[in-house]
Amino acid sequence: MIRLERVTKTYPKAARPSLDNVDVWIEKGEFVFFIGPSGAGKSTIIKLLLREITPTKGRVVVNNRDVGNMPSWRIPTFRRSIGCVFQDFRLLPNRTAYENVAFALEVIGRSQGVARRVVPEVLELVGLGGKEHRYPHELSGGEQQRVAVARAFVNRPLVLLADEPTGNLDPDTSIEIMRLLDRINRTGTTVVMVTHDSNIVNQMRRRVIEIENGRVVRDQPRGVYG
Amino acid sequence: MRARYVLSEAALGLWRNVTMTIAMIITMGMSLWFLGGSGLLFLQVDKIRDLYYSQVEVSIFLAPDITDEQRAAIDQSLSTDPMVASYYFESREQAYERFRSLFADSPELVAATDAESLPESFRVRLTDPERFTEISDRYRSVEGISEIVDQQELVGEIFSILNAIQIGALAFAIIMACASALLVMNVITVAAYSRRREVAVMKMVGAPNWFIQIPFVLEAVVAGLIGTLVAFGLLAGGKVFFIDGPLAPLSTVLTPVPWRNILLTLPALALFATILCATTAWFTLFLRLPK
Repeated sequence: MIRLERVTKTYPKAARPSLDNVDVWIEKGEFVFFIGPSGAGKSTIIKLLLREITPTKGRVVVNNRDVGNMPSWRIPTFRRSIGCVFQDFRLLPNRTAYENVAFALEVIGRSQGVARRVVPEVLELVGLGGKEHRYPHELSGGEQQRVAVARAFVNRPLVLLADEPTGNLDPDTSIEIMRLLDRINRTGTTVVMVTHDSNIVNQMRRRVIEIENGRVVRDQPRGVYG
Repeated sequence: MRARYVLSEAALGLWRNVTMTIAMIITMGMSLWFLGGSGLLFLQVDKIRDLYYSQVEVSIFLAPDITDEQRAAIDQSLSTDPMVASYYFESREQAYERFRSLFADSPELVAATDAESLPESFRVRLTDPERFTEISDRYRSVEGISEIVDQQELVGEIFSILNAIQIGALAFAIIMACASALLVMNVITVAAYSRRREVAVMKMVGAPNWFIQIPFVLEAVVAGLIGTLVAFGLLAGGKVFFIDGPLAPLSTVLTPVPWRNILLTLPALALFATILCATTAWFTLFLRLPK
């Protein structure tokens, strides 16, 4: 499903590589935490998986596609198989919850009819039934992140990437979001989450990959933050 | 839905930055106006050249003391010269008539001149008006000829003025086109910035690149086409109020500009504006949008 093979990423002008010879293998349907201190290289992994950047050395394979060598015209289609959630939600402020999710469908060419059928369903799934027509500023942080999760999931992606999705949320709200990601994972979606929220990692007891100075220092099934 | 989204985004983009949009339309209009004017002049110059060359004559003025034999010899050699298309003899009386009608406004001058002071001449039309100097060289030393004058030299000066006007208009059009291209870049940069959230989301969920770019490109092209209409209006107005108005009496010197040519500028300028705006917008997006 996701393979990093001897991946090294050195940014231009950087003294040392952000990722140094990293080997990671993630099976379909897994739930994986990437943990580690700031600047360890966690976000670099997310960017590599999204093909926002390409590896300096090694191979990145997502959904059986060699992402590093993918021609740029294939990137849009590739990204449709991946859902993304970020710390800062990245919602469009002038669109309602419904419109934010529908936007993601429309811009990839789905009809309005499909949106009308699918969007209420997925908003219901994330627990926002009845709040479809609220604007982001009328929603709490946790609710905004639910909209973002709904948007990421509405295309039924094979992989969900979450970059510190609870970074801006209080502990109780964070746990609700984690329950939601767990539910999505149970539908068969692979979830890759970058975090340094130790509570969450300890409660979930899922696979933990710890990165330090660009290297994998621990890879543990059902791990804790440590 | 997608089409409506694209159109509403493009319209919104033009409106959001309306002062810059107007500046862009005005410079684009000026550029296209001069470009169109230069193009019309280019079509016109060829026609004016044909007109003049069909009328232009070489005048061979004869010396006052010419003998009948000398005149007959010149007549003879002109009639057999392959470079001569046609010619006629203008006597002193005919020259005087022409002089009188030419200077009808100055009766004193006419009164002070009598027919005897005007020279006789042969008026020659050449098969190839460009080869004047050959004729001139051949006849200059012939007995009984005082001077050979080619009207083409005057025509040449008119053409060099027309050429200068045309080159000036073209240079101005190019400078204004550069200015409008820079304004397109500015408008697109501002538009890309104000829509950065939408663009980021579209990139993230895998919207095709053409779909992300098309509202911006359309925005620039629509502004360019409005500029084309401005330029076309100025050119058509120029014909109605200027060329067909105060300049109409000059139509024997400056051939009239037909409506067909004016109408021809509309698609030509629209094509030019579309290509300029679209490529500039694409280039700007290539620089400004995240990969």
